[in-house]
Amino acid sequence: MAVRALTGQEVAQRLEAALPDAVERWEPEVVWVHPGQISTACRFLRDDPELDFRFLSSLSAVDFIGHFDLVYHLTSLGRRHTAVVKARLYGRDTPSLPSVYPVWQGADFQEREVWDLMGVRFEGHPNLKRIMLWEGFEGHPLRKDFL
Amino acid sequence: MPFRTEPMTVNIGPQHPSTHGVFRLRVTFDGEVITEVEPVFGYLHRGTEKLAEERNYVQVVTLTDRLDYVSSMTNNQAYCIAVEKLLGVTPPLRAKYLRTLVAELQRIASHLIGVGFFLQELGTFGGTPLMYCFRSRERILDLFEMLCGARITVSYLRPGGVFSDAPADFWPALDAFMQVFPGELAELEQLVLENEILMVRTRGVSPLPLDVAVNCSVSGPVLRASGLAWDWRKEDPYDAYDQVRFEVPVGTNGDNYDRLWVRMQEVHQSLSIVRQCVAQIEPGPVRLDLPLVLRAEAGVEAYGRIESPRGELGFYLVSDGGISPYRCKIRSPSLLNLTVTEHLLVGWKLADMIVSLGSVDINMGEVDR
Repeated sequence: MAVRALTGQEVAQRLEAALPDAVERWEPEVVWVHPGQISTACRFLRDDPELDFRFLSSLSAVDFIGHFDLVYHLTSLGRRHTAVVKARLYGRDTPSLPSVYPVWQGADFQEREVWDLMGVRFEGHPNLKRIMLWEGFEGHPLRKDFL
Repeated sequence: MPFRTEPMTVNIGPQHPSTHGVFRLRVTFDGEVITEVEPVFGYLHRGTEKLAEERNYVQVVTLTDRLDYVSSMTNNQAYCIAVEKLLGVTPPLRAKYLRTLVAELQRIASHLIGVGFFLQELGTFGGTPLMYCFRSRERILDLFEMLCGARITVSYLRPGGVFSDAPADFWPALDAFMQVFPGELAELEQLVLENEILMVRTRGVSPLPLDVAVNCSVSGPVLRASGLAWDWRKEDPYDAYDQVRFEVPVGTNGDNYDRLWVRMQEVHQSLSIVRQCVAQIEPGPVRLDLPLVLRAEAGVEAYGRIESPRGELGFYLVSDGGISPYRCKIRSPSLLNLTVTEHLLVGWKLADMIVSLGSVDINMGEVDR
């Protein structure tokens, strides 16, 4: 049977029942989480037996100039479903949010990549340094204002 | 008094014949035993994601060839599936079969590289098994050349189908390959899988527990060798994978032997899929009639994923209504499979280091993008 994509509402309701102040809002396919709560929320998503998101498929950041969107694509290998979690960060100087490295070690290189290319900091990442570019490189090339 | 040595830090790479490209490992040894590992990469970083933002949707296909340059067809496939999700279109049935067919041929070619270099890194004499693998891979590249004129950077797939239908002489050539290759594969397997020296060198070496593999976002043959039958071709069938039957080989210990064994078994499954595609394919259009310059609606996004030879290859595309992707994030299986480097290497000896790294079968074009 094919993998099912959970709706934002399904994930949001389950998440809200356990962590009332984590969920910002939801869309048909996406659940928005307060950036400060992302690590706690992800830990719940991983450990909750019904959601069971033990596999972090992908962690991306998108620069919308006014804000950054952090996108987490999650997969449950046991329950065979997927979900998309997002968090929105405002400000371009030092955007930062808690690292999900303690939840999924698979976030290690991806968070370093987001820091390197997008300039978003992850609090609590044990080794947050540049990954593709060298230390001393100025700027973050995937930002829309980097030419 | 116990005997101990001073810890010594050594750089393996970036210029090293067995690092699968420009990959560097900073390794600290206590005598012969590895105590610390730090992978360093970025030497092949070309900014593919940034380049994609400057090109239109069809032009980006050529960039994807250059990611994992030993499996360009599957890179094309992942990207095209993501664009099709973004646009909400489905390619014609014949195109789906052609894509499945070339993807499986590519999987065979890529696994032959993976297996061949793994054996080379074990120190097999003079590279003989590697040449056995390359002999067969060459035949597949010849087939690709008939399809699209290129052997490595194929750009054969397009959003909405494939570039063009297979020429008439492709089918007899494919048939000839299907006649010859099983014999060559049997020969290779006989040389390798039951070889006593190989077993001693690989069985029980660098085992990867399943829970570690899952937590580290490991996918593909490395994950399956650790004992979980997770294959996106089965879990979320794309193209014609819901029309064909195949099995998902699974290892038990997740050691170097299992990773090798899983790849060899997958080659058999791929052969079976190719046979089924040839039997089932029917005449018809191979490409949707889409505009030359594609546009998706503003604010739409899509995550297209496939099972590439190395694992879950995903393209996350965001559109702002323009002619190029606003954001094109590539979820690279090679990069994420490297997360477990430390788990694989620490505690093992220098002689096993390159072998264990080879068993992960990374490709630097895809790691650094």
